[in-house]
Amino acid sequence: MSTAAVPATKRGVKAGKPVKSQRTKAEARLGWMLAGPAFVVMLAVTAYPIAQATFDSLFSYRLTTPDEREFIFLDNYLLLFSDWTFWRAFLVTLLITLVTVAIELVLGFALALVMHRALKALRGALRTAILVPYAIITVVSAFAWYFMFDINSGFVNNWFSWVPGISADLDWFGNTWTALSIIMAAEIWKTTPFIALLLLAGLAQVPGELVEAAKVDGATRSQQFTRVIIPNMKAAIMVAVLFRALDAFRIFDSVFVMTGGDQNTEVLALLAYRQSISRLEIGLGSAVSVVLFACVLLMCFIAVKLFKVDLASGTDQSQAKAKKGGAEQ
Amino acid sequence: MNPKTKSRLGWTVVTVLVLGYSLFPVAAIFATSFKTPGDLGNQTFLPTSWTWQNYEMIFVGDAQGLFLSALRNSIGIALIATFIAVVLATLCAYAIARLDFPGKRIILGAALAVSIFPVISVVTPLFNLWRTIGLYDTWPGLIIPYLSLTLPISIWTLSAFFRQIPWDLEQAAQVDGATQWQAFRKAIVPLAAPGVFTTAILAFFIAWNDFVYGISLTSTEAARPVPAALAFFTGASQFEEPTGAISAAAIVVTIPVVVLVLLFQRRIVSGLTQGAVKG
Repeated sequence: MSTAAVPATKRGVKAGKPVKSQRTKAEARLGWMLAGPAFVVMLAVTAYPIAQATFDSLFSYRLTTPDEREFIFLDNYLLLFSDWTFWRAFLVTLLITLVTVAIELVLGFALALVMHRALKALRGALRTAILVPYAIITVVSAFAWYFMFDINSGFVNNWFSWVPGISADLDWFGNTWTALSIIMAAEIWKTTPFIALLLLAGLAQVPGELVEAAKVDGATRSQQFTRVIIPNMKAAIMVAVLFRALDAFRIFDSVFVMTGGDQNTEVLALLAYRQSISRLEIGLGSAVSVVLFACVLLMCFIAVKLFKVDLASGTDQSQAKAKKGGAEQ
Repeated sequence: MNPKTKSRLGWTVVTVLVLGYSLFPVAAIFATSFKTPGDLGNQTFLPTSWTWQNYEMIFVGDAQGLFLSALRNSIGIALIATFIAVVLATLCAYAIARLDFPGKRIILGAALAVSIFPVISVVTPLFNLWRTIGLYDTWPGLIIPYLSLTLPISIWTLSAFFRQIPWDLEQAAQVDGATQWQAFRKAIVPLAAPGVFTTAILAFFIAWNDFVYGISLTSTEAARPVPAALAFFTGASQFEEPTGAISAAAIVVTIPVVVLVLLFQRRIVSGLTQGAVKG
C-alpha cells in the first residue's frame, strides 16, 4: 500500500515542455541569465557570511580590542564544548525542538482533519482563523503570551487560581520549567497552523478510492487512519516535521522577549547573539553560530539519508517520476 | 437527538474551539491595549474602562518617536526586500519552470538550503562587516540580509505556480511571430500575476516578522523595524511597565497582516503548501 503514494505528480505531465529539438545553447544561456542574479544574491547573503563566520571562529577576536586578534585554531570550540553554558543552551534548544514538534504534529493533524472533513461553508472560516497565528509577528505572539502569564498584568493566575499549584503569586517566568512551558506553548500556538496546512495538503492527496476500498473491506475508522491514510501521506508528514524541526531549532524571538535567557532558558541562537552582539566576542560568537549551523545541516542530512525525506519532490524531477510510474517513495 | 442535529452541534463546537485557539491570545493582547494604567495590574482579561490612551501614546505621545519611525522602517524595508526578491525570483522561476538548462537543480537546492539557514549564523559576520563599511543601522543594511529570507521562498513558491501555467499559450504567441521575451511578457505575465502576488504576500510576511536581523544590525530609530522596537519600549516612568504601549503597537502591526489573511486566505494557503508538499 505504501507504494501508491504519488498521485500529485500527474500535474507535472500536463505542463508540456518543449520537445528536445528546441533545446539550444541559447536556451541554456537565457536560463542562466534569468536565474543567475537570484542565485548569486542568495549565495552572497548566506554562503559568504557563513564562510566568514567559520574563518572568524578560529580567532580570539573581540571588537573592543581588535588589535589583539590572534589565531587560536579550534580553541573557541574547545572552550564551548567544555562549558556547561553551551551544553545547557544546546539541551534546552533540543528539548524545545522535540517537544514542540511532537505536540505540533498531533495538534496539526487534528486541525488538518477538522479542515479536511469540515463542511464547505465552514472550511473558509476555519482556514482564515488558523492563518492568524501563522501570519502574526513572532515577537507580538511572544508578548501576547507573556502578558497573559505575567505576574503583574496577567489574568491567568487569577482565572486558574483553583488549579493546585497556581496562585496569585506564581511567577511563571521565575522558574525554568514554567518559563519553558510558556515559551513552548507560544511556539506551538504560532506554528501549528503551518504544519496543519502542510498536512491538509497531504490529506488531499490520499486517493479517496483507497479509503473507500478499506471501508468496504471492513476496516474501522482507526484502521483506515493508521493503515491507509498515514502511510499514504508519509512524504507530507516527513517534510512538515523536518521543516518545523529546523525552524524550531533556530528559536530566538520568544525566548528573547519572555525571559531574555534568564532562569536557564537560554537557547543556542540567544547564546550566539549574546556573545557576538552584546559582548562583541566575534570569535566565540562565530563559533556558536557555526555549531548551530552544523546542527541544522546534520538534522537535514539525517532526515534525507535515514528517513529518505525527498525535499525536492515536486520540482523538476516530477516529470521523470511520473514517467517512471511515480513509484519512487 | 437525530444524527443530523448531532453532527451540526459537533461541528459548531469544533469551529468554536478552533476559533478560540487561533484568536484567544490575539484577543488578550487586544483587550490589554485598551486598558488604563490602573487596569494593567488588576489581573483581569477585559479592561474595566476602555481607553485609547495607549494608542495616543504611540501615535502622538511619548512613544511616538520610537514607534512611528519603526513603523516607517518596517514598511519600507519589508516592501523593498519583497519587491527585489519577487523580481529576481520571477525571472529565476520562469527559467526553472520553462527552460531547460544545466544547473536547475542546483538553484532549487540552493534556495532550499538558504531557507533552512539559521539567521543568527550570518548575523555575526554581517554585524562586523556592516560596521566596517558603514551599512550598520541603515535601510540597505537590513534589506540585503532580508533577501536571504524572502528570496528562497519566492523562488520555490513561484516555481510551483509557474508549473501550472498553460505554457502552450506562449508557444502560440511565438508561432504568431513573437520572440520568447515578448511571448513571456504578453501571454504569460497576465496569467502569472496572481502567483507573483501571492508570493509577494508570503515574502512580505517573512520580512515583516524578522526580529534577529532587526535587533542585531540596527541601533537607532534610523533603521530599527517594529519587532525590534517593541523590545525597546519603556514605560511612562521607570517604575511603570510599558505593557499598554507594547500591546497597542502590537495590535497596530497585526491589523495589516490580519486584513491580508482575510482577503487572500485561499491564495496564501495554496502558496504555502505548493512549494513544500508535492507528493
